[in-house]
Amino acid sequence: MLYAVISGFVAAALLPLLHRFMGERSSLVAALVPLALTAWFASCFSSVVSGEALVSRMLWVPEVHLELAFRLDGLSLLFALMISGIGTLVILYTSAYLRGNAYEHQFVVATLMFMASMLGVVLSDNLILLFIFWELTSFTSYLLIGFDHEKEESRKAALQALLVTGLGGLFMLGGLILLGQAAGSFSLTEIIRLGGMLVGHADYPVIVGLILVGAFTKSAQTPFHFWLPNAMQAPTPASAYLHSSTMVKAGVYLLARLSPALGGTETWIGWLTVVGVLTLLTGALMASAQVYLKRLLAYTTVAALGFMVMLLGIGSASAVQAAVVFLMAHACYKASLFLVAGIITHETGETDVRRLGGLARFMPVAGACAVVAALSMAGLPLSFGFVAKELVYASVLDRFLTIVPVILASLMFILVAFQVGIKPFFLGAWQLSGKPHEAPPAMLLGPIILGLACLAGGLFPQAFAGALAASAVAAISGSPVSDLNLHAWHGFTPELAASALTFLLGVAAVFATGYWVRVGNAMKPLAEFGPDRAYFAKLKGLNLLAVWQTRVLQSGSLRRYVAIIVMAMVSLFVLSALRSGVVPVLTRNTPLNLPVLILGLLIMLAAVGTIIATSRICAVAALGVVGFSVSLIYVLHGAPDLAMTQLIVEALGAVLLVFAFLHLPSFHDRKRWIGRFQDAVVAILGGLVMTVMTLMANDIQLAPSIAQYFAETSVLLGHGRNIVNVILVDFRGLDTMGEITVLAIAGTSALALLRLRIPSKGKS
Amino acid sequence: MGSLILRKAARYLFPIIMLFSIYLLLRGHNEPGGGFVGGLAAASAFILNQLAFDLQSTKKLMNVESLTLIGVGLLTAMVSSVFTMLDGHPYFSSHWATIRITPEWHLAIGTPLIFDLGVYLVVLGVTLAILLSISNFRKSSS
Repeated sequence: MLYAVISGFVAAALLPLLHRFMGERSSLVAALVPLALTAWFASCFSSVVSGEALVSRMLWVPEVHLELAFRLDGLSLLFALMISGIGTLVILYTSAYLRGNAYEHQFVVATLMFMASMLGVVLSDNLILLFIFWELTSFTSYLLIGFDHEKEESRKAALQALLVTGLGGLFMLGGLILLGQAAGSFSLTEIIRLGGMLVGHADYPVIVGLILVGAFTKSAQTPFHFWLPNAMQAPTPASAYLHSSTMVKAGVYLLARLSPALGGTETWIGWLTVVGVLTLLTGALMASAQVYLKRLLAYTTVAALGFMVMLLGIGSASAVQAAVVFLMAHACYKASLFLVAGIITHETGETDVRRLGGLARFMPVAGACAVVAALSMAGLPLSFGFVAKELVYASVLDRFLTIVPVILASLMFILVAFQVGIKPFFLGAWQLSGKPHEAPPAMLLGPIILGLACLAGGLFPQAFAGALAASAVAAISGSPVSDLNLHAWHGFTPELAASALTFLLGVAAVFATGYWVRVGNAMKPLAEFGPDRAYFAKLKGLNLLAVWQTRVLQSGSLRRYVAIIVMAMVSLFVLSALRSGVVPVLTRNTPLNLPVLILGLLIMLAAVGTIIATSRICAVAALGVVGFSVSLIYVLHGAPDLAMTQLIVEALGAVLLVFAFLHLPSFHDRKRWIGRFQDAVVAILGGLVMTVMTLMANDIQLAPSIAQYFAETSVLLGHGRNIVNVILVDFRGLDTMGEITVLAIAGTSALALLRLRIPSKGKS
Repeated sequence: MGSLILRKAARYLFPIIMLFSIYLLLRGHNEPGGGFVGGLAAASAFILNQLAFDLQSTKKLMNVESLTLIGVGLLTAMVSSVFTMLDGHPYFSSHWATIRITPEWHLAIGTPLIFDLGVYLVVLGVTLAILLSISNFRKSSS
């Protein structure tokens, strides 16, 4: 299963290479990866639905409870099939949708990476691992939303999505760590096995609060819903994939996953239900005022996510069933509608619903797919959406506080389904210029297959979805698998009456579309106070703060930088010395011999020489004496490696100064005594602290020395007689890795800064 | 700069310093040396060339951008230990292979050497990136 998750990342890494050889056809090859994954997950189907979870685990970093542990149970399988299945269709779709775009393969790379991360989220059996993949989905979502990076709105929307979900992710990390500590294990299986034990834990409210923030930001719940409609800046395949069918459901997944461990309490039920209901109301109301295809769909997605969160909050057996079936139905019809909306825009260049009409003549196949998906979204009989909606109604009918918002949102679904799926194709006539064509087969395949799924789920729900849904419900409720008995037709029940009422209201709403839009427009000023505004205000504040602190700290004067660094070191040392009460005392004297003594005197003389030098070249030369003498001391003390390095660094340092001479400010600038006095204070304090620290370091031994160990094992384990080097590249290889990474970053930044100056100088 | 003596000397010194830097890199495991100092030595060879000639000739001598050196070096160091992970060992476990050349003479080659090569490249790249762009900076602004 580890390989199943990694394969997406590997494919993403290899794709640019493939693209070089195959050009645009490489995306078709890329689609094979999710296809193979779908096949693999499908092959696990029978064993998983019989209640047997697949597990694979491998130690990664056991010290921080990080384990590459994956587990495939009913819930995971449901998501995994959605992710890889829709992933296949979306990549195929992309190959046609972005044909001719020079960055098309980069889009596919990001999509593959997203798919792998998302699979990681739903398969992880370790909290930390789950978090890592969770963040990776935010990151890839950022890349996909900002794909059109030349447009400012895209960049803004991408950043907004990243910041909102990233912030939520941080909250969630806190929650997950607390959860792991409370449960005594970071394994999800273990935590779920504890059942309701965690509910009584002292940290329970904090854990739930933090995790909910994470899940709510990811799943665009009010008041964090605003990033999702803005994320519609992404190319349509990404919207269909990430922002309707999979990524935004990661929060729902997490809530479902943790239900057996954390659910059932008043806190849980209260928060989930209230936020869910608020979200579906927000989504439904905001959808009413939209006229653009993708925004209409986006706000109904917000409402649908509210549905799922609310149902999980209610948590009764029927509500959980409804949530699972609704999730499946929603993924099918919403992805399909997004893809159809993409087709419309791709072929006509138009996104405004008001100006679209009569397209069925030009694109009959797309139209048929749109109708099927729209019927499912509207929840009309014989569609998957109907089965799901009946279940939803059945689980909320007895609660007045939930039934009203649910009916309201459902009628909005009808309205939007009409506007996106029916009106552009069947109403009115084609009025715009140009003659649109049917979309290419690669783009139609997705809507067709998803449309068939909508139909299959509506006609034969038990055969199509029964087993998988039952096994997912079992995973959420923590009880053994029991049959769901989904029916295409439930008979005449109270739910059906509610559905009929919704339908009538929906039809009325369709006729009153113009009125809705007016109501929505009238409410638009309210959006001024919405969370979107608050977000931008905060972002602006943060930027101002950054500008202010940069101006204060980053003066650009090298002398001041050095002073700040040295003084920070001095004050840290003094503070910690005061706090620990350690008085530096010398107990051990290193014997001085004559050569070292002479070198020491030389160094001191040269240092004085550097200070009193009258020209810069003299100062550099004197400083060179200091450096070379120090490296000689290394030689005398038996550290040839250090000496060698120091020698070359000295030489290169001198060259660097020579290169930089012309750009340094005049040497006589700082001859004023006040400046020199300040410099002297900084230098003397710095030198003093360094000396004391060195002497103390020689004196204090907190842990037994490991020098002996290194000396003994260097040849044995490291195959080397130069202990210093063996430590550097083998024993402490990770430290060195960190060091060269810092070095690389420093070098790259220096390069960037220096290049930045050149053109402006060149012009002047 | 640009003195005849320096130019003549640089031409002969460059290969010698480069060879020496590789020698330093390879001997590092048993004698004083290693990737860090080797990289610095190699950088000084290029800097010598830069002092004697000009940026164009140094760039030609380098053949690759210093940024590429940094990236390749970092990647080499990182990847050097990935393969041991596939065996289930923790990251940065070293692996060694012993090649027998003659019955008494055998050579142990291990992943730390690849890692050290990465260090060598990063150090070389960073040093050159900073020094060369500062020397170039002077040219374009004066």
